[in-house]
Amino acid sequence: MQAMGGRPNVFPYLLLVPALFITLAIVAWPLLETVRLSFTDASLKPTEEFIGLANYEKIFSRRFPEVIGRTFYWMAISVTLKMVVGVMGAMLLNSAVPGRGLMRVLVMPPWIVPIAIGVFMWRWMYNGQFGMISGVAQYLGILAGPYEFLGDRTGAFYSTVVTDVWVGTPMVTIYLLAAMQSISPDLHEAAWVDGASRWYRFRRITLPLIMPAVATMGLLSAIWTFNSFDIIWILTEGGPRGSTTTMIIDTYKTAISRNRYGEGAARAVMIVIFLSSFAAFYFYMLSRMAKRSLSNDK
Amino acid sequence: MINKYRWWEIVGIYLGIAVFLLFILAPFLEAFLVSLRPLNRINSIPYKIITDGMSFEAYFTMWKNVPRLPLYIWNSFFIATCVTIIVLIAVVPAAWAFARFEFKGRDSILAAFLAINMVGGAVLIIPLFQLMRDLGLLNTYMAMIVPGAAFLIPTAIWLLRSYLMKIPRELEEAAWVDGASRPYILWKVILPIAMPGIVVVAIATFIGAYAQQFLFALTFNSNSDLHPLPVGIYQFFGRQTVVWNEVMAASLVGILPVLIIYIFLQRYIIAGLTAGAVKE
Repeated sequence: MQAMGGRPNVFPYLLLVPALFITLAIVAWPLLETVRLSFTDASLKPTEEFIGLANYEKIFSRRFPEVIGRTFYWMAISVTLKMVVGVMGAMLLNSAVPGRGLMRVLVMPPWIVPIAIGVFMWRWMYNGQFGMISGVAQYLGILAGPYEFLGDRTGAFYSTVVTDVWVGTPMVTIYLLAAMQSISPDLHEAAWVDGASRWYRFRRITLPLIMPAVATMGLLSAIWTFNSFDIIWILTEGGPRGSTTTMIIDTYKTAISRNRYGEGAARAVMIVIFLSSFAAFYFYMLSRMAKRSLSNDK
Repeated sequence: MINKYRWWEIVGIYLGIAVFLLFILAPFLEAFLVSLRPLNRINSIPYKIITDGMSFEAYFTMWKNVPRLPLYIWNSFFIATCVTIIVLIAVVPAAWAFARFEFKGRDSILAAFLAINMVGGAVLIIPLFQLMRDLGLLNTYMAMIVPGAAFLIPTAIWLLRSYLMKIPRELEEAAWVDGASRPYILWKVILPIAMPGIVVVAIATFIGAYAQQFLFALTFNSNSDLHPLPVGIYQFFGRQTVVWNEVMAASLVGILPVLIIYIFLQRYIIAGLTAGAVKE
């Protein structure tokens, strides 16, 4: 509002004070403090000393590289599944059949209820003796006997992935549905007049046009999945035998459960480095899309 | 017509939707079934979807057997409400500044807000823990409210800023020409016309605040009287005798408030949630 300002003024900055204050205190300062702590031997003892890169040498000499690999694998599977299920879900909900309004409403609950409570329900479902999945699978003859989904390494790993997909899918679906609905019906009609089949139109019109949305959502989803804590913590606390220990879980265990703040901070810094590269890529992609849409408008 | 389906296509679509919704809703269904079962039927083999003696008894006995249950639900509400109020106080002026004023560093500050949003609470848990300890906030509501608010501010700014940018600026400028002060304009002009947008942001923030109540409560609070519902229920898990039907009943009662809000306001909530992710 140039007209309202005139002289260079501090008023807009004053408007930012409350938001900046909270964000600096709770996010920005802790971020810098994490970096500082990662170079110290901070723990429960009252003093801390600067120890250089010792924490980093220590974590990389142990099983941490394995944890990084597992985190990326976990994230890759989960995000891919969310995208595949999300595209299929959005396609189904985008079809012109009676009752689709109600069905769209029914998609959101996993996203809006407290994550922890949704995961409590999953924890019961994974119960081998009395849970629904094992029970129904035995009834259908898929499983010969009770199977404790969270009991062995492979089962626990994929079970946490499935629950993470469950929490993330509604957002992906609704977002992609919005992208599909913004496609001009003229395009479909023109292709339809030319005799293009529904599958052909999906492949040649819908899919290319929602690709930017898929890419955006995929990256955002990757960032959220990388930060995911509640789901794994409630289902397995990183077990059995470390099979679901992602970087976040590892950091939390080191820092909060074992009070090794310095070592935990070094792990957190590694997470921040990975997250920053995702974020940088995300912003790069957005600016490229913005440019392209500008040049299209001309 | 273009949207006319053949009968087998309609069958296929409904079948696909049914499978999709089954995946989404199965945990709720299972929780509801467990909450209806008597305790001795929950642990029965083989698995049966419908068991004998199903009743709503757990919904009455849980208030007595799960100590502090009403308190947990109240705490969840109280924390989410406080978070929403703090977020609105911080976000309304900030979003107005980003939407309407030209000032040095505006775009970089906005980008910094969004970038910072990429780091989750669990990553920063160590300094946050020390901060809460040093401020003497461990085991208080504040330790769950303030961090909860901080991580919801960036999205809320983004959402409200997009809304404010769509409001024509003539009204503000007219008030300015008439000699109104800027705080007066914010209070008397912006606030009333932006109300629908503010309400959407408030609802999205409340739901976000209600949904995220686990990590901070788990880490910063060990006073059982202050726990929000998720951590309150989580504490039962380690025990030998988990009263599963009552735990599930309590979980369902605990999510009922947000589900009711959602059903009535789903149009706005979906708009709010997707706009939060759509960076125009």
